[in-house]
Amino acid sequence: MTPAARVLALAGPLFLGLLLGFLYLPIAVMALMSFNASPFYTLPIRWSFDWYLAAAGNRQLLDATWNSVSIALASTAISTLLGTMAALALHRHSFRGKRLLQALLFPPIAIPWLITGTAMLVFFFGTGIGRGLHAILLGHVALSIPYVVIVVSARLATFPPDLEEAARSLGASPWQVARRVTLPWIAPGVVAGALFAFAVSFDQFVVSYFLATPGQSTLPVEIYAAIRKGFTPEINAVSTVVIAVSMSLMLLASRHFRFGGER
Amino acid sequence: MAPVSVRRLTRRYGPLKALDDVSIEFSDGGFYGLLGPSGSGKTTLLRLIAGFDPLDGGSILIDGEDVGRVPVERRRIGMVFQSYALFPNMSVADNVGFGLSVRGAARAEIDREVGRALELVRLEGLGARRPHQLSGGQRQRVALARAIVTRPRVLLLDEPLGALDRALRDDMQVELKRIQREVGLTTIFVTHDQEEALTLSDRIGILKDGRLVEEGPPEEIYNRPQTAFGATFLGHANLLEAEVEPEGLRIAGAGSLLPPPGDRLPAAGSRVLVALRPERIAISAAAPGSPGILRGRVVQRLFAGSRVTYFVDGPAGSIRVVTANAGDPILGPGAEVNLHWADDAVSILQR
Repeated sequence: MTPAARVLALAGPLFLGLLLGFLYLPIAVMALMSFNASPFYTLPIRWSFDWYLAAAGNRQLLDATWNSVSIALASTAISTLLGTMAALALHRHSFRGKRLLQALLFPPIAIPWLITGTAMLVFFFGTGIGRGLHAILLGHVALSIPYVVIVVSARLATFPPDLEEAARSLGASPWQVARRVTLPWIAPGVVAGALFAFAVSFDQFVVSYFLATPGQSTLPVEIYAAIRKGFTPEINAVSTVVIAVSMSLMLLASRHFRFGGER
Repeated sequence: MAPVSVRRLTRRYGPLKALDDVSIEFSDGGFYGLLGPSGSGKTTLLRLIAGFDPLDGGSILIDGEDVGRVPVERRRIGMVFQSYALFPNMSVADNVGFGLSVRGAARAEIDREVGRALELVRLEGLGARRPHQLSGGQRQRVALARAIVTRPRVLLLDEPLGALDRALRDDMQVELKRIQREVGLTTIFVTHDQEEALTLSDRIGILKDGRLVEEGPPEEIYNRPQTAFGATFLGHANLLEAEVEPEGLRIAGAGSLLPPPGDRLPAAGSRVLVALRPERIAISAAAPGSPGILRGRVVQRLFAGSRVTYFVDGPAGSIRVVTANAGDPILGPGAEVNLHWADDAVSILQR
């Protein structure tokens, strides 16, 4: 090996290590500190579950968590259904304005959420929809649909059209073709789209912040409010639980679906 | 199993007529080969019979029933696609059983029929495999089994052997013919491979620019082509200009008048085009007394083992001659030769 190749051979693992380090070390520190009895991060750690007990007794935080989970699940269900149907329609039919419609799907992803949030607040006030959990759900669905449409469309683009023709020639009704041939093919795309939709909603701070009412907010908004009042390791405890749950869900999903490839 | 007839079928793509007034009777249990260059409309015709595309004119009858407005899934057809179109998310057995399963057949019946179909295509024991674990030839068989297990009224094959290599293709031709005969299905087969069409079909239709230009049993359209396109598309017939005289045909430079071939002779004085098959021509070194209708000189010789092809220049233009290699001395370029053929080797073509 030449010296240059040796440096490169070392640089790869080093880069990967740094990448994973920057991603996971802060999370690891937070998780560790959630078990530290000291609220001032003093070492060595004195193990305790006090912060978890405190979080479990914090009505406001629990309500916000519940709101976040239910809004994220509802938003995921609605946007995945609508987005998948839209992707199928865009794939199958050609109609006037189709390209414009497809082009209009991208800007919402690029527009800063701060601007989208402000616009939604103004619009919801103007139309009488107002603020509250229903407004947050509506906003999240609108934000998530483009992600689902784009991910499912990418999967559909690889769908061999003669599979549907073969199924029809064998006597399958359009519904049977969709259920037994098309949907199994696009399933990985639908699952990936749903994960995106869940992440968009569950991580959402800006839009939720604008549309929340004082008593009714979501977890990110509540955490932000709590930090402004004065940080307590309760937040670490809640965040650790959230991370544990979402990571297990992701790992489960990636075991059942192979993303990005056949066979 | 049913006769199929298409009448005055027309299909337009914008200003282009992909099919132009095509009428064909496909007989019950027959093996019909649709032959033509790409863009000739043969696949369009197959897709119209299947019901994938709407008609712009004409009618399609399967077993006497007008299916023009019947959707694909209710036409009771079987189709094998060039790409096979096997469902990647299903096992071989589920692929083959798909048509029965969507009709709501019982599990036991599906298993029995799938087993029988896999046996017919000689894939017993591979039912649990996934399509991507099979070779090209095996996938082809699965596609065929899947198409016939539902006992369709007509089997449509779209270049089914196109994706296989030469040797496998020859084997599959034999298999396909055997299976078709065993099942007795009315089969319509699209190919651009003329040899394949001649080997498999008991009737052939040649399409060109959306029109049916030639039709008949393979021997008949090969030996007695009606059109210049048919004569040259199937085998490379020589096309010669001839003048009609009261007693026969005169080819430019020919030593004698050709007796009129079996066909009706056009009016004396008219000029016609005749087709002459290269393998029907006998070639011999020009010597006093050797039989000859045309004289010429060999300009090129292609030796292919069992056959030798000569290109001979003469008064009637360049003529292709194919002879079996029977051990005769092989003539070289520059040799003066006599060409001779039997009276019935010539067919008069329609203008």
